[in-house]
Amino acid sequence: MQSSLKILVSLVVLIAVALFPLLGLDYYTALVMKIMIYALFAISLQLLVGCTGLVSLGHAAFFGIAAYTVTLLSPQYEAGNFFWLMFAGVVIAMLYAFITGILALRTKGVYFIMVTLAFAQMAYYVFHDTKVGGGSDGIYLYVRPEFRIGDWVVLNLDNDYVFYLFVLACLIATWAFLAMVMRSRFGAALTGIRVNEQRMRAAGFSTFGYKLTAYVVASGLGGLAGILYAVKDGYVNPELLSWEQSGLVLLMVILGGMGRLWGAVVGAVVLILLQEVFQSSALLGDWAIHWHLTFGLAIMALVALLPKGVIGLPQQLRSRKSTNTATPAAH
Amino acid sequence: MDPIIFLIQCLNAVQYGLLLFLIASGLTLIFGIMGIINLAHGSFYMIGAYMAFALQPLVAQYLGGGFMVTMLACVLLSAVLGYFLEWAFYSYLYTRDHLQQVLMTYGLILVFEELRTIIIDNDVHGVDMPNWLSGSIKLGSIMTYPTYRLFISVVCLVVAGLMYWLLTRTRLGMMIRAGASNREMINSLGIDINRLFRIVFAMGVALAALAGAIAAPVSSVYPGMGHTVLIICFVVVVIGGIGSIRGAFIAAMLVGFVDTFGQILFPQAAGVLVYLLMAAILLFKPEGLFKQG
Repeated sequence: MQSSLKILVSLVVLIAVALFPLLGLDYYTALVMKIMIYALFAISLQLLVGCTGLVSLGHAAFFGIAAYTVTLLSPQYEAGNFFWLMFAGVVIAMLYAFITGILALRTKGVYFIMVTLAFAQMAYYVFHDTKVGGGSDGIYLYVRPEFRIGDWVVLNLDNDYVFYLFVLACLIATWAFLAMVMRSRFGAALTGIRVNEQRMRAAGFSTFGYKLTAYVVASGLGGLAGILYAVKDGYVNPELLSWEQSGLVLLMVILGGMGRLWGAVVGAVVLILLQEVFQSSALLGDWAIHWHLTFGLAIMALVALLPKGVIGLPQQLRSRKSTNTATPAAH
Repeated sequence: MDPIIFLIQCLNAVQYGLLLFLIASGLTLIFGIMGIINLAHGSFYMIGAYMAFALQPLVAQYLGGGFMVTMLACVLLSAVLGYFLEWAFYSYLYTRDHLQQVLMTYGLILVFEELRTIIIDNDVHGVDMPNWLSGSIKLGSIMTYPTYRLFISVVCLVVAGLMYWLLTRTRLGMMIRAGASNREMINSLGIDINRLFRIVFAMGVALAALAGAIAAPVSSVYPGMGHTVLIICFVVVVIGGIGSIRGAFIAAMLVGFVDTFGQILFPQAAGVLVYLLMAAILLFKPEGLFKQG
């Protein structure tokens, strides 16, 4: 009964999101698309942070590398083939993850946070300081790629609604894929590593391979999010790889709630909406220019008040209620 | 390479390394003793530089000017700021895990940067250097080296020396070193750990701000100046080993030389070299060169 209710609610939400652009609210449609891309980005990081216990502060590197790869490989005046471009972007991101992962995973805890940050900065400076991708100005992707086999165009993303649905499909597919991963034996091993890596090793698991695989897979999916972002905006710049970006996506995972895939999605929704609210001059008047201030304060307040994230809120309220009612009874 | 040019580049590398050491030593102490990942440490560097910019006219007006007075004012004010921040904000982070510390100090960066926009502005500003330091020294027949850069190195060396003395020869230093290796133990020995933390934090903030203030005439002040420095300092701390002052010193020098000579020898890859250095070191020493405890 409960699970069928859950499925029903999910289906209703899914259909509502899919049909949302038909309302013709272009601004909000773009906002929902941005949220979906960030949700995909955050859910890929959740695999590392929440599920495996590897806190990476350099996840934006893969987002940006894949975005740049697709933009650089696209022909300038005609639509590129997205089958090939998507594959290339994800593979390059995974390759970078593989190389840096071998090094980064030798370290633990705080060192791992810092090392992933440093590797992301390395990639950032490659795009920022050299002429590969137009330096700090970034480059444009003039024509949206399309899916085609030979001359047959399978899916033309130039239509905004088609692209919107495609982004939604990517999010759902990634979500389903990661949910399956977490239910598999591999996912159970990752959970074991998060809880107690020492014990997993004692139980005969070579944990390094598991961690590296998780790192590479998460990076590939983060790359997918980057590709969608580049295609959405038709523009990439080094800020996509900046550590502020890495911090933002980590924030989404933690604010949403660690360990559960949908926590990352909730976090993306909450954070992007918060940004939107604080930037809106209709709501906040003159303070909207200084939205970093209010946003920063909001982050601190949320982290302080919600140690288990947004998805932990019902549980937090329940436990407070039960302690409130339990205390007088004890006396 | 011409020996004189080589010498000049060495001086540059030492100056950059020493400056990094000032910032990184505070970061590593706060890391090692208080167990806090302070992403906002770069902001203190930025605050120091902007203090130098904003205080210069004020000092000239009320105290008759003087570059050293401005520097001193920056250090004192930032130490007070650090003391206050530890009491008002950071002391609540000790019981939280590293992740939440990262996020809350990330939020703090946003706040600091925006406050800077509100109080001063978003433009690039120059800071005047005093007349007596604005000249340059002749090296060989035609090359010169700016006096001010030498001055930076000297000040940093003096501060480093003072820190060495403080840490190894005084009672406070003994407590700090003890705190770095075993926090619970010194607490149970009856040392007021809260006060110790507050002092260490204020020291760290003052060091970072001093580095910012003293670098301001050379680098000028601009928004986001703290970000670049923060990341490089994390690299320094990680290479040196968290909590180790000696490690921070050696790592800062390494980074200074690699970065300076990288920019001459491989200008294309200059930004990347420092990170490659870190990767190479972590390959052999996953916990840095001088791991504490």
